[in-house]
Amino acid sequence: MKRSVAPVFWLMFGAGGMVAALFGPALVIITGLAVPTGLGLGTTTMDYAHAIVFARHPLGKLVLLVVISLFAWHGAERIYLTLKDMHLGPKPALAWLSYGSAGAVTFVTAAALLAVGL
Amino acid sequence: MTGDESMAEWRITVEILRYRPEQDAAPVVQSYEIPCVDDMSVLQALQYIKDHIDGTLSFRWSCRMAICGSCGMMIDGRPQLACQTILRAGNQRPLRIEPLLHFPIERDLVVTVSEFVSKIESIYPFIIPKYPRRLAEGEYLQTPGEMARFENFSDCINCMLCYAACPQFGENPDFLGPGALALLQRYNGDSRDAGQAKRMELVHTENGAWSCTAVGYCSEVCPKHVDPANAVNQNKTNSALDFFLRFLPRSGTIERGA
Amino acid sequence: MRRPYLRPIDRHWWAKPPYLAYTLREATGIAIAAYALVLMAGVICLALGRSAYDAWFGFIASQWSLALHAIFLIAMVFHAWTWFAIMPKTMPRLVVGGRYVEPQLITAAGIAIASLASLVLLLIARWVLP
Repeated sequence: MKRSVAPVFWLMFGAGGMVAALFGPALVIITGLAVPTGLGLGTTTMDYAHAIVFARHPLGKLVLLVVISLFAWHGAERIYLTLKDMHLGPKPALAWLSYGSAGAVTFVTAAALLAVGL
Repeated sequence: MTGDESMAEWRITVEILRYRPEQDAAPVVQSYEIPCVDDMSVLQALQYIKDHIDGTLSFRWSCRMAICGSCGMMIDGRPQLACQTILRAGNQRPLRIEPLLHFPIERDLVVTVSEFVSKIESIYPFIIPKYPRRLAEGEYLQTPGEMARFENFSDCINCMLCYAACPQFGENPDFLGPGALALLQRYNGDSRDAGQAKRMELVHTENGAWSCTAVGYCSEVCPKHVDPANAVNQNKTNSALDFFLRFLPRSGTIERGA
Repeated sequence: MRRPYLRPIDRHWWAKPPYLAYTLREATGIAIAAYALVLMAGVICLALGRSAYDAWFGFIASQWSLALHAIFLIAMVFHAWTWFAIMPKTMPRLVVGGRYVEPQLITAAGIAIASLASLVLLLIARWVLP
């Protein structure tokens, strides 16, 4: 009997969902609200000088890659299933579009993190 | 109807989606006006119509007490057992009754159940023992804790409300579905059973657990609190772990004891 | 005679109760992915150099971005809430001391841990970040 390949995407959806559930609200507050407005954190916390130090550190790279990639894979699974529910296209096309985008995000982010250097 | 004069009596319009294959090209709504009192069930309303107004109305029923699973239908758009749905005083809106969603209609409120029965039969719905057991060995011993792990899944009365609730079954009639997967888990979760691997082969497929998108409505409509959504989704976890761990030696299979 | 009639499914079931709540829950995935794209844009700009990154941060400091992240925050909280509501369904029935553990307890524990995790992260950010 033919196994579905869905488990691969489901596990990544699960990992991304768990990280988002645990840390998502805090991450959005930090990077999108507190730092830009200076409320609770300094506006220079995310300026180029600090950001480059973070991104050059192996742990910083890991955090950025894990968060960005897992969030993308989580979103991809949900978007794929929702587009499928809405009958917005043939299933293979929707799958390639959704999962392909998450794959692209992962690849581009990894490449950019390498380009940033050490 | 019950002879109790203190109960409110009023009249209600019942709209029923009817279908007679010998005369109807497609289902058509027919309205009836009936008297009712406020402890009357939808099943009693249907029986009143059949007994006093229109003897051609067809519907399944048996126990009148939500244990046989025969009288499942769409009542005001929600999958419910007719015997368990009570008309209440003051509710003047027309009562809308349609056959269970997602199933072919045979006649009036009677739907085709043969596909569902095939699915139930396909999941090895019996204890597969670890080894052939001799009578002299006595009974299996099972703790209350071991029974608690699967007991609710054994409460299913095969009423098919969960299939009417499940939009993914509506989209894909080949989906094993909440009821069959609940029965599957009834056996996989039973400490006396050793057939998990055989049943997991069905779970791993696209029509197994992976057609489910965790809508959860199946568990909401289940009259026996079987929680089929739990049966299906815990098997996603089992299936996903097995997807990667199957390459390890035998001890890698996750289903044991799950 | 038998002539079974299968009613065609409603193509818009996902937009109507009781399924609309499910669709809204799934839609939080769009916000999570969008937030990832914003972060990815930042990482790309970082790799491209100071002026590119300053432009990205300029966007982050803008009114549009603040409004967008307010929406992201609402989506993240709604996601966390519905995530732990559904999490017990993916687990086998927990039996502790011979009795069955109610899923609501698992959900409450999950929400408590998530609240703590986000709080801890915010506190770490407050004290560690420059």
